[in-house]
Amino acid sequence: MLSGTSGIFFAVLRRDLLLAWRGRADVLVTIAFFVVVVSLFPFGIGAEVNQLRAIGPGVLWVAALLSTLLSLHRLFARDHADGTLEQLLLSPDPAALWVMAKIVAHWIVTGLPLVIVAPALALWFDVEQGVLGVLTVSLALGTPILALIGAIGAALTLGLRGGGVLLALLVLPLYVPVLIFGAGAVEAELGGIGASAHLLLLGGGLLGALALAPWACAAALRIAVE
Amino acid sequence: MLTATNLACLKGDRLLFRDLDLALTPGRMVRVVGANGAGKTSLLRILCGLALPEYGTVEWDGRNICANRDVFHADLLYLGHLPALDDLLTPLENLRFALACGGEQASDVACIEALERIGLGAQLDLPARVLSQGQRRRVSLARLFLSASRPLWVLDEPFTALDVAAVAELVQTLEAHCARGGYVVLTTHQDVPFAHPTEVFELAKYAC
Repeated sequence: MLSGTSGIFFAVLRRDLLLAWRGRADVLVTIAFFVVVVSLFPFGIGAEVNQLRAIGPGVLWVAALLSTLLSLHRLFARDHADGTLEQLLLSPDPAALWVMAKIVAHWIVTGLPLVIVAPALALWFDVEQGVLGVLTVSLALGTPILALIGAIGAALTLGLRGGGVLLALLVLPLYVPVLIFGAGAVEAELGGIGASAHLLLLGGGLLGALALAPWACAAALRIAVE
Repeated sequence: MLTATNLACLKGDRLLFRDLDLALTPGRMVRVVGANGAGKTSLLRILCGLALPEYGTVEWDGRNICANRDVFHADLLYLGHLPALDDLLTPLENLRFALACGGEQASDVACIEALERIGLGAQLDLPARVLSQGQRRRVSLARLFLSASRPLWVLDEPFTALDVAAVAELVQTLEAHCARGGYVVLTTHQDVPFAHPTEVFELAKYAC
């Protein structure tokens, strides 16, 4: 029975990763966007090292947040357009399982690359090498929360005209706490207080989002196909 | 047994039908007929639990389908207007995924056999985007060969875009399913050569 119900999780995960691989160009756009946005800041602000050092972590976090937002609409749109979403909703397995699989696949494709390239980009801002670890961990904990919260927004705005703008308005305010604790973790480490409190809060937020977001998403998707 | 009682369906501010009662017994094929916009697809979606009726209930074996979604959906096969195919996947990958969605297990050999039977033997490795409309339709219909164990089949316009040979094959499959004691509800605008006369369900009788 267990293998029966988790079967759909891995089937959806495998399919979404395969689709991401076949449509690589779409995925690369997100990463390219992240790199370009981050690179704009040194040009706009000038090569004043102290200033760059101060804004570095915040810029990386805001850019990660915007790139996540950029790719969110793709999460369910394709399946909604071709009817796969109906079939998924008619599955006898719990909807939260496959919703979770879709979000995990989405994060692996759009969030994980950001976590990996962020330390390299941080060097442009001369962020201290000692805090690169904290920056990476904060992004690794924070970007899944962004994906989970964003998925609810994507499900709620599915099939609406002008859904993209509405999605941004819905989701961005909810991203603020994640941004505060994510970027704050690096500041705290630099300030000597230690980042553990911030990272623990992010971890707690991630667990909360993991527990709640798939159910909320599934409910929103049922409304969207009606 | 599938029973719908007192259904009413509202689309926008228009009441499509009301006081609609429908009872399906094993081994019968019901064909829902009505003009365009009469609410055929809406009725089928309500029967599947994809949409909620404005009023009334749908029961499967005496239990409300909304309260027993998992049991009901394990018995149901719905093929809608949309073929549920991803353009980037091959017919075989699409079929395998459709089966996994429904919690069914089928070997690759069985999937390939089903696709060959519906006439897609030469297209197994092509991405779905290069297939014609009729071929796309066939990929979703191939599921019927592998889902015989699900008693209730709800098919929205299954004959659209199919050629004569495929229609004959499909008719045979549907009649075999009914002979096994399955239930079939379908809509179609075409004259389909069924060996046994199907039961016709006129939506116009319930129109408002």
